[in-house]
Amino acid sequence: MHIDPSVTDWSRAQFALTALYHWIFVPLTLGLTFIVAIMETIYVKTGDEWWKKTTKFWMGLLAINFAIGVATGIIMEFEFGTNWSNYSWIVGDIFGAPLAIEGIMAFFMESTFFAVMFFGWDKVSKRAHLISTWLVAIGSNLSALWILVANAWMQHPVGMRFNPDTARNEMVNFWDLLFNPNAYTKFLHTISSGYVLAALFVISVSSYYLLKKRDIQFAKRSIIVAASFGLIISLFNLTTGDDSARQNALNQPMKLAAMEGLYNGKSRAPIVAFGILNPKKSYDNNESEFLFHIDVPDGLSLLGFHSFDAYVPGIKQLVLGDKEHNIESAASKMAKGKEAVAALKAYKEAKAKGDKAAMQTALEKFNANAKYLGYGYIKKPADLVPNVPITFYAFHTMVTFGFWFIVLFIAVLYFSMINELEKKRWLLKAALWSLPFGYIAQEAGWIVAEVGRQPWAIQDMLPVGMATSNIASSPVMVTFWLFAILFTALLIAEVKIMTKQIAIGPKEA
Amino acid sequence: MYKTFFSSIYRFYLDGFKEMKLGKKLWLIVAVKLFVLFVVIKWLFFPNVLQEHFKNDKARSEFILNQLTKGE
Repeated sequence: MHIDPSVTDWSRAQFALTALYHWIFVPLTLGLTFIVAIMETIYVKTGDEWWKKTTKFWMGLLAINFAIGVATGIIMEFEFGTNWSNYSWIVGDIFGAPLAIEGIMAFFMESTFFAVMFFGWDKVSKRAHLISTWLVAIGSNLSALWILVANAWMQHPVGMRFNPDTARNEMVNFWDLLFNPNAYTKFLHTISSGYVLAALFVISVSSYYLLKKRDIQFAKRSIIVAASFGLIISLFNLTTGDDSARQNALNQPMKLAAMEGLYNGKSRAPIVAFGILNPKKSYDNNESEFLFHIDVPDGLSLLGFHSFDAYVPGIKQLVLGDKEHNIESAASKMAKGKEAVAALKAYKEAKAKGDKAAMQTALEKFNANAKYLGYGYIKKPADLVPNVPITFYAFHTMVTFGFWFIVLFIAVLYFSMINELEKKRWLLKAALWSLPFGYIAQEAGWIVAEVGRQPWAIQDMLPVGMATSNIASSPVMVTFWLFAILFTALLIAEVKIMTKQIAIGPKEA
Repeated sequence: MYKTFFSSIYRFYLDGFKEMKLGKKLWLIVAVKLFVLFVVIKWLFFPNVLQEHFKNDKARSEFILNQLTKGE
């Protein structure tokens, strides 16, 4: 296929831009809905009007974030049809079900229970309002489930078969798709990271009030709820992160190797606590991997395979192969992929001639090599290596901030409990300025997930170069900049409205 | 009975919108954004390539199969 490579690059850039901007708004909504639901539950249980006021204030900020962020994800669906039409056709049947469920669920939850949550104070009973608030929290998170099921399928395609007559993947088992281990791991890790961001947001805004010596009781109460919630979820997030790494070790070993800058595989592989990659290093030279690094012994073997002794393949072994550890070389996979492509062509031609025997022979050959299909479009083995520096630094940024948030939640909770938080201005300042780290960690997580799996649009099945449409690159360039302007305007609007509302404070909530 | 039910839902939303303070600005942002996304951007820049160029799924399948096997 002869697709202009610049179309692929611009389409990737555009998708990355829209996904990263979309993800500025989503995680706060996912987490803040739960924090608001917890606060309202305390109000209903205690009958304390203070909690109602507290709930209403955070609900107002949730409304701002929701209104600005809503429908920003729909742009990605536009892009599927225009820039990624080959991909859309090939995955169509698989994506159809989860995205349809998501669309219906989002519409009904958002139009019904969001309305009750925002308009229903004093119009429906306390209990009905509380149920609506919880349903918004559960519904918006379930909505995320279906998107992440679709994403997980691209990372680890299961529950389908490729139909050579229609050139589409057809769902064979919906439950395999839903219970794809990559799906629930990704879902839990993604939503829990959103909860951590929301907890940080509440703590950060509340710390601002304490630093300004205003709305003291409101801020203290909010901090206790958010720090407790944030700490529990952060610890849970560690376990889901561990599961994600294990899924990578099993299904996307190249991504795991890139995350750790591991070029040479080893048993008892250490994990890099801090490191600076050697920019000259490649899988086919003998340069050292790092200019500087501090390791945790055996950490990567433990993380990837839950065993100190486990062998973790490096980028070199994954490209060149390693018979001792039963790792197939890229060259061998590419040869099988080319056989799959040739068999697909033979099947198509035999079908056109009505030659059933030749069709059967070609189909058998195709099925024998079908799992290598994507490798048939790879030009050279080096193309199977993702961008190691971006994946490595994004992963370590995410993990570093993840640990920092745990320390922060513990410190904030401890000083809140002994009623000394107001005196610890250094901690309040640290909490205030940690909010951007939360957003950086969120985006870094998606960069690891998506850059680390390149060159695949669908793992082992379809490289990005084959997934793009055969169109000119200029309209994609134009819309890239259009989206950059639109999203930046939305972000500025969010920050302006949000900061104005925070400056007004909970008095008018 | 149905009339009362639907009119009470209508009143619920109407009163909700009327009583909004910050919400009016937010709804304006939502409306402008949806207009820009669905009318301007989708209409001008994002045709569904396969839907536009091919009459039916058979033709689309053939096109994609040709794309997948072109290099061979």
